Amino acid sequence: MLTEIVRHSFRFVGLVLVQGLILKNMEAGYLINPFLYVLFIIQLPFELPKWLGLAVAFFLGFCVDVFYGTMGMHMAACTLMGWARPSILRFMAPRDGYEFGQQPTIQDMGKLWFLSYSAILIIIHHLFIFYLELFSFSEVGWTLLRVLFSSAATLLLVVVTQFLFYRTRESA
Amino acid sequence: MRNLIVFLARHYFFLLFLVLQIISLTLVVNHNYFQRAAAVSASNALIGSMYETRNEVTQYFDLKDQNIQLSEMNAILLGRLETAYLDYDTTSTLITDSVKLGIEVKRLRYSYIAAQVLDNTVTLRNNYIILNRGTLQGVKPDMGVITPGGIVGIVREVSDNFCVVMSLLHKDCKISASVKRDGTFGQLAWNYLDYREGEMVDLPTHSKIAIGDTLVTSGFGDAFPAGIPVGTVMQFERKGGDKTYTVRVRFTTDFRKLHHVYIVRDLMRPELDQLKEKAGVNDAH
Repeated sequence: MLTEIVRHSFRFVGLVLVQGLILKNMEAGYLINPFLYVLFIIQLPFELPKWLGLAVAFFLGFCVDVFYGTMGMHMAACTLMGWARPSILRFMAPRDGYEFGQQPTIQDMGKLWFLSYSAILIIIHHLFIFYLELFSFSEVGWTLLRVLFSSAATLLLVVVTQFLFYRTRESA
Repeated sequence: MRNLIVFLARHYFFLLFLVLQIISLTLVVNHNYFQRAAAVSASNALIGSMYETRNEVTQYFDLKDQNIQLSEMNAILLGRLETAYLDYDTTSTLITDSVKLGIEVKRLRYSYIAAQVLDNTVTLRNNYIILNRGTLQGVKPDMGVITPGGIVGIVREVSDNFCVVMSLLHKDCKISASVKRDGTFGQLAWNYLDYREGEMVDLPTHSKIAIGDTLVTSGFGDAFPAGIPVGTVMQFERKGGDKTYTVRVRFTTDFRKLHHVYIVRDLMRPELDQLKEKAGVNDAH
């Protein structure tokens, strides 16, 4: 339990720093702004109390906002994501429910499950944040493209990170 | 009362979500339209020093670029020295009379604070730049930031040793610019896709604008002196039934290669502000 908390804390700090110091200044091309830090919310354990997930997401948004100088924007998007996560998990649960000790990773849950789960969460987050950033409906089309491109980039980074940092569990 | 508790217990998750969402959105609105919370300014100092540390490492990567930019600027400045002007009128000599007539009295209006860019983005919808100068060095909000070749943005927020600049690549950054050729002016803003291009609107159609023309700051806003290059005209047209031109502009500033910039300090700003207050003029900025 304690090691779990430590692991998640390290992931939190690591993702915020990577986002704030590296990804923020990366120029991948027009309309592409990947937000890899949402991986933290995606990776929250299944059995985490709903309210705690929401609170942690809120705090994650705050930390990223401090780096981006956009107070409130990432907080709002992350809060929405943290709120949507339990419902999506329930909706996507296997017939017998989640097994104890399972993590929401590509290795534990399979490619199809993980891709659709994270894609839904990422699109919710990106849709919300880019339209909130705009604060008007003047550039709807371009912003939609921005949402699509950025979501794809984030999803790609999320999957790559999964393969980099998680070893396949030995089948018992 | 019991019903209320039951209701709260049943919907606590949604209510918590609502509360957090309202806090966030309030922050967003405050951030955009009012002075920001003091807590944010304090965090600037922390983030600023983190970026400074990163800069210690990364600044060596583009040292060559920086040197080229600085020597280009030296060249521009050398060209403005008195010694650079040749008096080619050989038939007459200049006589300095004991009584000087027509002495031009000029008072210094602008001074410049040199600053280094610690953090800069160009791909977001709203981009900010962080500089290593703050209140202790005399920086105040609403000061303009320029490079010798063009303009960069406007200071939004200042902590002791750092400041946050709203880049020209920002939704709310609108600059009054004029056509160098004839002085007609319009409003310049970013086109939000390409960090190299902007759009100037409201240029009257009697302007003698041509493709390739230079656009300069008009000096109407408070942030920039007049005559600083802003961009060149790529294309202009009358959209629909407009009575004005819309101009596609290529910025002279390369926002991807910002290293050394200058913060403009208007020495007559207090006087101007006082006068404006007296006259009841509201600033658009």
